[in-house]
Amino acid sequence: MSQPASQPLVDSLLDAPLPRSGIAWLDDARQQNLKAFATSGLPDARVEAWKYTALRALAQRRFSAVDVAAPQVAVDAASMALLGVDGPRLVFVNGVFRAELSELAGLPEGLTLQPLSQALAGDAEPLRFSLSRHYREPGDAFARINAASARDGVVLRVAANAKIARPVHLVFVAAAAEVDLAWHARNVIEVGNGAELNLVEQHLGSGEPVHLATLVSDIELHEGARLQHTVLQNAATSTNLFRRSSLHLQARAEATLHVFELGGALVRHDLRVELVGDGAHLHTRGVFMPHGRQHIDTQLAIRHQALNTTSDSTWRGVANDRARGVFRGAIVVAPGADGSDANLSNKNLLLSPGAEIDTKPELEIYADEVKAAHGATVGQLDERSLFYLRSRGIPLAEARAVLTAAFCRAVLGDLPNEALREHLSTLLVEQLPST
Amino acid sequence: MLKIENLHARVEGKEILKGLSLSVNAGEVHAIMGPNGAGKSTLGNVLSGRDGYEVTEGTVSYNGMDLLTMAPEARAATGVFMAFQYPVEIPGVNNTYFLRAALNAQRKTRGEKALDSMQFLKLVREKLKVMQISDELLHRAVNEGFSGGEKKRNEIFQMAVLEPKLAILDETDSGLDIDALKQVAQGVNTLRSPERAFLMITHYQRLLDYVVPDFVHVLADGRIVESGDKSLALKLEEQGYAGLAERHPAGAVA
Repeated sequence: MSQPASQPLVDSLLDAPLPRSGIAWLDDARQQNLKAFATSGLPDARVEAWKYTALRALAQRRFSAVDVAAPQVAVDAASMALLGVDGPRLVFVNGVFRAELSELAGLPEGLTLQPLSQALAGDAEPLRFSLSRHYREPGDAFARINAASARDGVVLRVAANAKIARPVHLVFVAAAAEVDLAWHARNVIEVGNGAELNLVEQHLGSGEPVHLATLVSDIELHEGARLQHTVLQNAATSTNLFRRSSLHLQARAEATLHVFELGGALVRHDLRVELVGDGAHLHTRGVFMPHGRQHIDTQLAIRHQALNTTSDSTWRGVANDRARGVFRGAIVVAPGADGSDANLSNKNLLLSPGAEIDTKPELEIYADEVKAAHGATVGQLDERSLFYLRSRGIPLAEARAVLTAAFCRAVLGDLPNEALREHLSTLLVEQLPST
Repeated sequence: MLKIENLHARVEGKEILKGLSLSVNAGEVHAIMGPNGAGKSTLGNVLSGRDGYEVTEGTVSYNGMDLLTMAPEARAATGVFMAFQYPVEIPGVNNTYFLRAALNAQRKTRGEKALDSMQFLKLVREKLKVMQISDELLHRAVNEGFSGGEKKRNEIFQMAVLEPKLAILDETDSGLDIDALKQVAQGVNTLRSPERAFLMITHYQRLLDYVVPDFVHVLADGRIVESGDKSLALKLEEQGYAGLAERHPAGAVA
């Protein structure tokens, strides 16, 4: 049973003053979402989508929504450097935009990029559709509190037919603060007809204190638009991070996602993709590697809603120590989405007896002439392969690391940015148990 | 170099090796022949240290060391190499990367300096030439999508790079056509040297036409029942393993 009254987390977030924009529809939407959050509280395990991710312990903590130091706290710019990523950059520290860490000079033609706080100060009307949304599902608590409380985030638009080749870098940093901190960021991203965008989203942090962070991204791809989106989630192990990414693909639009879930304490990513235009194509690759006591939950939901839409998803999970991974891959081929082709594979490795991965594939087909393949496995490293490596002189620990890295590399192979691919490959190996 | 005495080994509770004894000196090539189920592959697996093989009696001494107490990687580092009957495919692990990791891990254990990528590449180029292997194989994942012949040649190529002292070839000839067999045999012959010993485990004598052994042993029912020179292999070819059963009825001491 949801008991908001007994949830210090909910109480502490309700205590915080809501941001006031002076925009009637926005302030109203914030109020409405806050009310919904107050009424429902946090979802418990009886809500199907939260079955494997318990919020009990987190619910007992209190978080402050006020961080007066966020605009000044020192952040090492080198920590966010990624090979192959040298384009425009937007940096948020504890949810607050930091101009001096960002790179917004000389934006290429056709690219509009600014923090949400600035966009709202100008003409907010184009944001109305995204920001006045109400979240109605029982598990929507974090989307609601985000909608009520987010003061900043990214507003990005690519004009029709503009090709933005250099990756746009979005960085979310959880930095030191006096108290345990809650912060929220909201992204609104739109790629115009026939336009192309390369996006790199990065989450990082530097230890104490405990953060509760939410990030909601709405991504709209217009007809024939193409998006390359790489996410490196390498938050500090004290950060609880709740993300929702909603992608909406119009006719012949193509989205390619590479998601790396490495850091964080309790991490949840709701990745929802709607293929609403004929011939839209989604390609996702992802890996989650919880270790220690980490809990990383990915909820991938793909809806094929139009003719001849295709989706191809390959996800890998590797859990070590006493960590837990959760993956739900749900594909719906809606009535009328004839000729759709959906492919989803999730393979998982358990590196220690205390680790756990729960994977749940779901497939619902209501259309004709649909091709769909779906598979999920959980296992250990192949003993024969381990022995083969050892028989050639590679010590056991190293052999395990080599095979685990190879297992994960399946999601990296088709990342077109070679320098970034190498960088991420190295990060994956560093994440593995030491050799 | 290798001294096996009264070796008894079990697999899943079943005794397969029943008192096998064998001595191999540096520079020698020994062929172990025998019918299916005699214990040929068990011998190879016990020597290379695979899990699931329980030694209940006997000793294996390799250059004075107790081989049976050593981890597989430690055996490799001291110069024991096994060419597998069924080399595994390892998707995602590049062949060159794998081989360099193996060589450098062995060198590290032996207290030698690691080879950098330039030095390693130079070594590989030399060995490729000798083995007549196309360098396209190097860029692929370990054994992934290799034909049967390519897998066996890759085993011999690994042996050439790792330069073991004792090479065990487990049914390396099985599943090869005559051209592939000749290539593999040529690779082995190139590696023959006074410091290196070979133990060739095989069902058929045809490999022995191309790699001429110094000694031939017949393994039956878990023991060496007959030893001789290469003429023994020819005799086996003529009479078959059935003739062997007549000469050495089960339970008789060789």
